[in-house]
Amino acid sequence: MTNRSRSSVLTTQLIWDRLLAIVEEQAQTLMRTAFSTVVREAGDLSAGVFDTRGRMLAQAVTGTPGHVNAMAAAVPKFLALYPLDRLRPGDVLVTNDPWIGTGHLNDFTVVSPVFHRNRIVALFASTSHIADVGGRGFGADAGDVYEEGLRIPVCHLFREGERDETLMRLVMANVRDPSTAEGDLHSLAACNHAGARALVTLLAAFDLDQLDPIGAEILTRSRAGMRDAIAALPPGTWRHAMAIDGYDAPLELRCAVTIDHDRIHVDFAGSAPASRFGINVPIAYTEAYASFAVRCLVGSDIPNNAGSLAAITVTAPPDSILDARHPRAVSARHAVGQMLPDLVFGCLDQALPGRVPAEGASCIWNPVFRSVPGARTPFVTNPIFNGGTGARPGKDGLSTTAFPSGVRTTPTEINEVTAPLIVWRKEYRIDSAGPGALRGGLGQVIEVGHRDDEAFLVAKMFDRVLHAPQGRQGGRAGQPGVVRLDSGLALRGKGLDEVPAGARLVLETPGGGGMGSPAARDRAVLERDVVAGLVSPTAARDDYEDA
Amino acid sequence: MNAATPRVAIDIGGTFTDVVLMLGERRFSAKILTSYSDPADAVMVGLARVTAAAELAPAAIGLVLHGTTLATNALIERRGAVTALITTAGHRDALEMALENRFDQYDLAIDRPTPLVPRALRLTVPERLDMAGNVRLPLDEAAVQALVPVLRAAGVESLAIGFLHAYANPAHERRAAELLARACPDLSLSLSSAVCPEIREYERLSTTCANAYVKPQMARYLESLEQQLRTAGYGAPLLLMTSAGGLTDLATARAFPIRLVESGPAGGAILASHLARTHGLDRVLSFDMGGTTAKICLIDDGKPLLSRAFEVGRVYRFRKGSGLPVRIPVIEMVEIGAGGGSIARVDRLQRVQVGPESAASEPGPACYGRGGVEPTVTDADLVLGHLPEEWFAGGTLVPDRMAAARAIAERVAAPLGVDVSEGADAIVSVVEENMAAAARAHASEWGAELASRTLIAFGGAGPLHAAALARILGIDRIVIPAEAGVGSAVGFLLAPVRFDVVRTRYQRLGELDVDAVGSVFADMWNEAAAVQRLAAPDPATWRAQRRAAMRYVGQGHELGIELAPTLFATTAPSLDRAAWQTELRAAFVREYQRLYGREIPGLDVEVLSWTLSLVAEAPRTGPGSALSANADSANRPLMAAHGDHAPELRLLRREALAVDHHYPGPLLIADGQTTVVVPTEFSARAGRDGHLWLERQSVVVSGPESRT
Repeated sequence: MTNRSRSSVLTTQLIWDRLLAIVEEQAQTLMRTAFSTVVREAGDLSAGVFDTRGRMLAQAVTGTPGHVNAMAAAVPKFLALYPLDRLRPGDVLVTNDPWIGTGHLNDFTVVSPVFHRNRIVALFASTSHIADVGGRGFGADAGDVYEEGLRIPVCHLFREGERDETLMRLVMANVRDPSTAEGDLHSLAACNHAGARALVTLLAAFDLDQLDPIGAEILTRSRAGMRDAIAALPPGTWRHAMAIDGYDAPLELRCAVTIDHDRIHVDFAGSAPASRFGINVPIAYTEAYASFAVRCLVGSDIPNNAGSLAAITVTAPPDSILDARHPRAVSARHAVGQMLPDLVFGCLDQALPGRVPAEGASCIWNPVFRSVPGARTPFVTNPIFNGGTGARPGKDGLSTTAFPSGVRTTPTEINEVTAPLIVWRKEYRIDSAGPGALRGGLGQVIEVGHRDDEAFLVAKMFDRVLHAPQGRQGGRAGQPGVVRLDSGLALRGKGLDEVPAGARLVLETPGGGGMGSPAARDRAVLERDVVAGLVSPTAARDDYEDA
Repeated sequence: MNAATPRVAIDIGGTFTDVVLMLGERRFSAKILTSYSDPADAVMVGLARVTAAAELAPAAIGLVLHGTTLATNALIERRGAVTALITTAGHRDALEMALENRFDQYDLAIDRPTPLVPRALRLTVPERLDMAGNVRLPLDEAAVQALVPVLRAAGVESLAIGFLHAYANPAHERRAAELLARACPDLSLSLSSAVCPEIREYERLSTTCANAYVKPQMARYLESLEQQLRTAGYGAPLLLMTSAGGLTDLATARAFPIRLVESGPAGGAILASHLARTHGLDRVLSFDMGGTTAKICLIDDGKPLLSRAFEVGRVYRFRKGSGLPVRIPVIEMVEIGAGGGSIARVDRLQRVQVGPESAASEPGPACYGRGGVEPTVTDADLVLGHLPEEWFAGGTLVPDRMAAARAIAERVAAPLGVDVSEGADAIVSVVEENMAAAARAHASEWGAELASRTLIAFGGAGPLHAAALARILGIDRIVIPAEAGVGSAVGFLLAPVRFDVVRTRYQRLGELDVDAVGSVFADMWNEAAAVQRLAAPDPATWRAQRRAAMRYVGQGHELGIELAPTLFATTAPSLDRAAWQTELRAAFVREYQRLYGREIPGLDVEVLSWTLSLVAEAPRTGPGSALSANADSANRPLMAAHGDHAPELRLLRREALAVDHHYPGPLLIADGQTTVVVPTEFSARAGRDGHLWLERQSVVVSGPESRT
């Protein structure tokens, strides 16, 4: 402006800010053009920009952590197979390989190079969850990845602007909802295109030939920011173990968090071996949720990129449930992966007492509802429901809120338009919150039946049915989840079941754990909960007065 | 009514009530402190002042136009009625469970917005409709009756009724309302099927509850105003400004006060739209930057962009999802925490962050000398020499330049290792980048280009930062309207009379039921026309806009597609189905391609809802614009800027500019309350009508970092 001078520090910041804005734009484009309900309504997606070495420079905060960090690890794998000199303008690459992308076949990752002044200056990547990829369908029941559906190795979705028709026909011939899959692949390419266009405009405005030097500066400053944040923590190693439901038998997960002056290492040695069913977690997804948990407490204000992510390293025993190798079944990897923040918090609570939330429902409850073969109205839909989060430092837990996942729920009215179902009940589950000076968040009760009283199928991938979310510092556990029919017949938390004609399925999601002794709860606040009907008078007496 | 008929516009804001009287091309304005006990009192004082100044009797006023933020403030400050909600049994918590998400990924301490109706007052009755509106469970009337004592005991003044799928069939809501109205005649009622007949229960219930929450208060106020106007001899019709930038009658405003919620900002957008129309600017970006926030709005072909999604009171850094969703017709704008009072700091990555926290007016920027120690955008503007001290805050305050420089030195320059002026530049650059990013995101969301636009800048801080924003966005032309200080009220005088009706009626294009669509539009016409007649009696002046919310089957976000008037050429609903299908699909694909650069051949298209808007344009205000300079600020002395760090810049007084003369930058033009910054590559020109035009002198420009 008039009388204004400009330092190079500031120039870097301005470009950085614009990159952050560009990836948000990219994510918004993805959401607005997507077809799958879980993408467009729930936000099960991610978007980011990478330097020419495949290092992530910026990533949209819109989206979900499981994709975010995992997608960051994917792009170098694309480049190893398709080096820059083999990419042409208009090329778009795709894969849904669980060990290259974000951990199960439903997630398609699309990578597009950006050309500026005749050479590649950056890459855009995006990931979204495609409703169906064939096989057994989204669920935990498969014995290996081959049963879980179609696997696409890294290949061209578009070649110099031309769609690969062979690939598209192959995909459409192998999935249950081909037009949705086709539309979603287009939307991934479209959002990368939008990002690329904005980046080229940015480079032209600043008269830059390349992005890499500024990218390097962004990574250096982010890494330094993390180093400073970690240096402020007490050094040492803290261990914690947690049992979760598993598929057919409970699983023990073990974790050691080491704070080592400028880095944090998370090791899952001692965790259960891989499962025979589809709840195994590829390492990239383990890294995603383990590092997400650390980042919630350390350096949460530092943008996600290869520099800030490098400060946290994650390991797990080879072919354990947290580093499952091909061809393990991985479809419902979220059911185990989303439990990891509670495990990591269990370690960090010892390093940072009083700063860490109690355990919550953690894994989303996302039943896949499907018609039985031969049904008059065929359908498949995958709504998302949540339990309560654990009590937080100074605050009660959040009721029916996704954590650590970043997704939203789908409206009941939309679910009923998408599928011939009626949700008869969807409201807070009274007395489900773990009592404490600060209580957990409440879970919810969902009761769903077929609109015409026909039978339907439900694929379940729920946890904390057998193992309740634990409290901290004297806070009590939240109520574990319940899966049953309206007749009272109990169902398992995982696997495919048929809801018989005329019956309704009842889901009760877990409540979050409490923090501090219930006896210490502010009586006025307890009374407020009783008036609101969140805590029954009986529970107020039994859990709080007599505590 | 013609242009000579005296008209009055009233804008009640949180602090001031503006009253503007327009008489041909003359205008009289008054600014009165808002009277909270009865806001009508301040209005009457203002009216008395402007009519006295114009030497007019109250009876001579032909029309009273009114916008207000009273409803917004009641929602944000939670000063509304004791409100209850009756909803479908089993869904008591839909209003609070919301979307079950966190609006910030990494912040463990976020709180979701508290619902307007507490759980104890969220009541349920057995009943159930399905997505087609068929009754699956009849309304339990005894259960409705049984709620009467509950409502009485809790002292409920206002009741929202919102049943699942009521957008598809209002029968249960209407029957419940009928039963309760009989038992409790004083109860104020809001039905979701009337307030917001759209799918997605959380948003519909939130909107209905918000309407119920402000309804008694707004009704009382509007009654008092009407009464006082009549007593004082004002016989003119009173029309209310809506969030959509249109005018509506008193009865509708009383029934749906939620539709008035964003009427203040709408006034600014209407003013910009009017300028766009009268000056033939078909692509405009309006930019309103005040003390706390900046609002940015796209205006195409003289019409601001409309949408139906809005959030009241975003409590967390203006973040999407941290406010209460309200689905009403609204002028689509993006609001971010970037204003003169926005506070700057340096984070641990050596990044300058500006806003959204604001120093507001207390303690205010450091230079106010009221104890503020944190540097703000205004402090940076002052240090850069862009705010002549003598003109600061309209001459009401002598700014403390040393305090500003000290705050910037301590909190920004020292951590960055730069000098004070570089620190000030960083603050200003970052806030400008933030606004540019918001504008870009907004444009990309709506598939709009920015570079070809004209920027219309107003608000206290708008003219200071307009040129920099234009430069970042590649915009070559800026208009600073004359006297933008009472822009909203002036905008009301320019607003069309407009009424919107929306209906959710699902249709697949492949199986389009043209008769059903025809009857939906016929119903909507009857509803809209009944209201429109009150404000614009002559149907010959009406223009109908019909839109359909369309998407590919299975997508989640709809595009609002304008329907060709030719489809409605025949009066009877004996319509040609094939013609409708072809036309609707073509219009949708055109828009989809424009936005996303591709189409998806072979995939069917679905329509979720249909909208009808009846519009009657405001009477012409005479040639060009009737705006004139504010007499109050015309005679302030002008001195050159000075100070330790402020380099000399040519400073001109806006009123002293020769009409149509080009003044090349760099220079400053002082404008009453603020300054227009004209950088090197721009030149300024005062139009005959009082508007100031900034034009880029050369089309060829280098990168943004090559600043003078």
